Formats: sequence, structure tokens, C-alpha cells
Amino acid sequence: MITKQEIAVLLEQVFDPEVPVLTVQDLGIVRDIIIVNDEVEIVISPTYSGCPAMHMIAAQIKVELLSHGIEKVKVTEQLSPAWTTDWMTESGKQKLELYGIAPPQYKLNKLPGDKEVVPCPQCKSTNTQLVSQYGSTACKALYKCNQCLEPFDYFKCH
Amino acid sequence: MKTLIDYILHLADNSFINGHRLSEWCGHGPALEVDMALSNISLDELGAARSFYQYAASIEGNGKTEDSYPSFRDVREFRNVLLVELPNGNFADTMARSFYFDAFQFHFYTALQQSSDKQIAAIAEKSLKEVTYHLKFSSEWVVRLGDGTDESKQKMQTAINQFWEYTGELFSMSETEQDMLKQGIAIDVSLLKDDWEKTVADTLAEATLRYPMHIEGGWFQSGGKTGIHTEYMGFILAEVQYMQKTYPGCEW
Repeated sequence: MITKQEIAVLLEQVFDPEVPVLTVQDLGIVRDIIIVNDEVEIVISPTYSGCPAMHMIAAQIKVELLSHGIEKVKVTEQLSPAWTTDWMTESGKQKLELYGIAPPQYKLNKLPGDKEVVPCPQCKSTNTQLVSQYGSTACKALYKCNQCLEPFDYFKCH
Repeated sequence: MKTLIDYILHLADNSFINGHRLSEWCGHGPALEVDMALSNISLDELGAARSFYQYAASIEGNGKTEDSYPSFRDVREFRNVLLVELPNGNFADTMARSFYFDAFQFHFYTALQQSSDKQIAAIAEKSLKEVTYHLKFSSEWVVRLGDGTDESKQKMQTAINQFWEYTGELFSMSETEQDMLKQGIAIDVSLLKDDWEKTVADTLAEATLRYPMHIEGGWFQSGGKTGIHTEYMGFILAEVQYMQKTYPGCEW
């Protein structure tokens, strides 16, 4: 009989296809793991409504569990409470930065309005500037560093 | 149940058609960053529409899926407001249309979180976070173009004036909405008008643009909520539906 904890460990092997250094656990999208007899239900919260990665993530969760002999898996969506970057793990944020994406800098209730300071993930300078609210995906904004002149993505607080 | 489905489809169609119009900018944006932003906003809107369509299908049953509604209904069955189906025009036109609609959706979803229908409230809560960014994006462009060069200012003002007559419908209650309001499922959109006007007036002031006062109290276009659409709607559906109508049920 498999336990919730064992499944949680397996989910550490399921990565976000858009940001392949983050696992679903790092993202904080796994809301619940429900085991009834030999059936497993994984409840996830979508990051953004139209995020094309969610479909892929659900498929990857099934494949990962199947490869460990768990055949009856259902992935369901829970919209409320809405996912927030506050649920992202600290180790997830560190991995993001090493990968070259500035991690969310603030908790939602501590957002400084338009005065967000976003350090460059390359040279760590705080002399950076917003280029566009939307980057390569809905969850990211596009910044540039005025110090090292590199552009970079910022995983925005949401 | 039929009225509830009708109400959910109204919410879904608003986002779906708005998202489709914005997706037409993909590959045509005035700058790469704008192109990506509009595609991302479009995707958010399609995502919200999808949640509503899925919910409608789960209530209706009868073999309906999330794809049944956008792919197989005809013009008169769509319940979106006229504003979102209007052509993109130039970039200022799209920003004016988006700004009016984003400001509406912002106040609308804020209120809809109180719906007695748990799923509708959940979709509203989720979408509100995204619409907050949409409004920020379109407002910033209204300000940048309005307070820009003589030419950009003139184009932005023309756009703001031109879509005005389509904003009245946002705040008029259809029979479906009135029925759903009695059950606590819908919200009273007429109560959102003051907040919306303030949002619009504040941004237009910052943009040094004139609030379209001269048409205030004037006549507004309406019809979308009951399926009476502009001539543009048929062209949108021809584009959206041709594949499913040629090969019904095809998947890839």
C-alpha cells in the first residue's frame, strides 16, 4: 500500500516543461494527494488559466506514477484558492535564480507597487529595469540589467 | 438549468471572443514585446473561457464537451457583448477596446467572487488575478499613446471615442442575468458602472485624453447578450469553426 509521503517523493521527479528546473512541488501547485484503495487522485492548482504546461504536467504526473506501478491515477484541478507564487518553495526559488530566471521577490501582501526591486540573476545588480509586463510566458515579465546589460526573465509575483 | 448554462456561456463567450481577437495580433504586434504580451493575454482569456465552457458542459451533460460550445454554435447562440467582437483596427483601437473591457472585467470579477455558485466564484477569483495585469497593460498603453506625439494622441482619442457606444451594454442587465441575480449566482452589472467610469476617467486624465462626455447619456449599441451580433461575428466564427465544421470532432 503506497502512502501519501511516497507519492509526494515521486512528484519531486515531475518537472515543469516550461521551466525544467522546477518540480511541481517547487511550484507549489500540488494541493492534495488522495488515496482511496488503489486509486490515487492528485489535486493540482493551475498557475495561469491558459497555461499550456498544465495539460503536459498532468500527463507527466500520470506517466511518473505509472512507471512506479501506480496505474489508477486521476489528476484533478482546483481553482480556489487561486495559486500564488507565495506557495513556491525556497529551494525552488534558488533553482530558478541559478537557471537565470529572477525568482519572485515579494510575498503578495508585501508588494511595493511599482517599486519592485528585481536583482539581475546574472550579476546580482539591483540596477535593473522592466521592459515588458509579459515575457516568454504569462508567468514571467521581461527585464534588463543596466549593469551587465543582459536581458532576463522575472517570475513575477502573482 | 437552461438559464444557468446561458449565463455561464455569456461569461465564457466574452473571454473567448476577446481572446480570439487578441490572438489575431500574434505575429503582427508593433514590437516583439507587445506581440508576446497580447498573445499571453489572449491565452489567459482562452483559459478562463475554457474553465467556463467545461463547467457548462458538466452541467448540461448530454455528450457536451468544452469544445461543443465554441465550435458548433452559430452566431445567434453566442452571448458575448458586442464590444469584444469589434475588429482590432490599429494598435490604438485595440488598446482602447481592451482598456474598456479590462476595466470592466476587473470590477466584474471582483464582484463575481461573491457568486453563490462555488465554481463561478472560483473561476472569477482565478481570472481576477490575471485581468489585473491585463488592465495594467492596456492602461499603460492608453497613457503612453494619449500623452505621446500629436499623431498617437489623435489616434488614441479617436479610438476611445469610437468604442464608447459599445460600453453601455456592459452595464445593462439581460433577462438571464436578472434571473440569475435572484438566485445570487449573477451580479448586478449596472452597479459596476460608477467604479468603471472612475477607472476610465482616471486613466484618461493621466493620458491627457478627453473623456467621451459629448456622447454621455446618448445612445448605446446593444444586442450581444441576447445573440444579436454585429456583422463581424460571422467572420470570427468562420475562422474559429471551419476546421471542426469540415472534420467534426477531429483531434490532433
